[in-house]
Amino acid sequence: MADSRVAVPGKIVRGQPFEVRISIRHPMETGYRMDNAGKSIPRNVIRSFTCRYNGDLVFSAKLSSGIAANPYLRFFLTAADSGELVFEWVDDAGTRGSDHAAITVGG
Amino acid sequence: MTRRLILVAAIVACASAMAQTRAIAPADLRSGITFAGDDVRAMQEDEFGNPGMLWVEKGARLWSEAAGSDGKSCASCHGDAKTAMRGVAARYPAYDRVQTRVVDLEAKIADCRTRHQRASPLARESDDLLALATYVAHQSRDLPIAVSIEGAAKASFERGRAFYYQRHGQMNLSCAQCHEQHWGKRLLRETMSQGHGNAFPAYRLEWQTLGSLQRRLRACLFGIRAEMPAEGATELTDLELFLAWRAQGLSIETPGVRR
Repeated sequence: MADSRVAVPGKIVRGQPFEVRISIRHPMETGYRMDNAGKSIPRNVIRSFTCRYNGDLVFSAKLSSGIAANPYLRFFLTAADSGELVFEWVDDAGTRGSDHAAITVGG
Repeated sequence: MTRRLILVAAIVACASAMAQTRAIAPADLRSGITFAGDDVRAMQEDEFGNPGMLWVEKGARLWSEAAGSDGKSCASCHGDAKTAMRGVAARYPAYDRVQTRVVDLEAKIADCRTRHQRASPLARESDDLLALATYVAHQSRDLPIAVSIEGAAKASFERGRAFYYQRHGQMNLSCAQCHEQHWGKRLLRETMSQGHGNAFPAYRLEWQTLGSLQRRLRACLFGIRAEMPAEGATELTDLELFLAWRAQGLSIETPGVRR
């Protein structure tokens, strides 16, 4: 369940915004659906998502039932130094997922 | 005498090739993606944004992960999928000598897993089997479909063709009535495609997940209120072979994105 893909540019210029993309494999079960027996399927969506850069929180998102399955997030950051981006998320079932990407800052 | 025999053989070969003329001429073949909107097309073409790539990535991991009592992975025998599996999906469904029947890519992978890896069987439409099939088919991306309908595969092909032209269900429709006679026209807000399977396994937005061609075929049968053969049923495999033959020349797009 904790499958994800991350994309960051290979070369990042100090102080210049760069694009971060992450796509996470998750059913994002809305909680509004019934199974074949008419029983309600409990909600299970990724509730919170965070991105830390060398330990500092630089991006976070609250997700809800309105977000499609396998959410794809795209945002921009600026960095002063090379380091590591750590992505973490948690869903309604309490399952935690994480991914990371090394960034190299030049210029 | 020999020359005459060759001539006769050539005439017979020509005649059988002509008997297999496709209803949609090769020049008019159009992949389902050409009927989709710009947004769906952009999603498929974006190597990162294409959600099907999540399954490709999972398949790559499973490819080299040991399974079963002998501790063998797919890679133990086949090596690097990028070279070993290039072009393989384009030949499926194909006759399998060991199973003595025509199998699609999913059935071949599932059989390989139990027979050679001696691992627990993978259910059809299970996430692991879909991931492996998507990963293998992805290695043939941009290669044209080229299946064999001769010899041992012929009977399956003929059954598939009969199924395709047979009217089914409460709506009394055959596959051909929409996808051969009326493709390009509107059905409510959808444009009817030619019904090719070259993008499968594909990520379908309606499903919010990735699914096999058989799942798509079952959904189509459900749509015309017909009986749905079970997953892995011979009827569906036969139909897959016929569909691959009528799509020959179209490039594989796995993982495709469809509405």
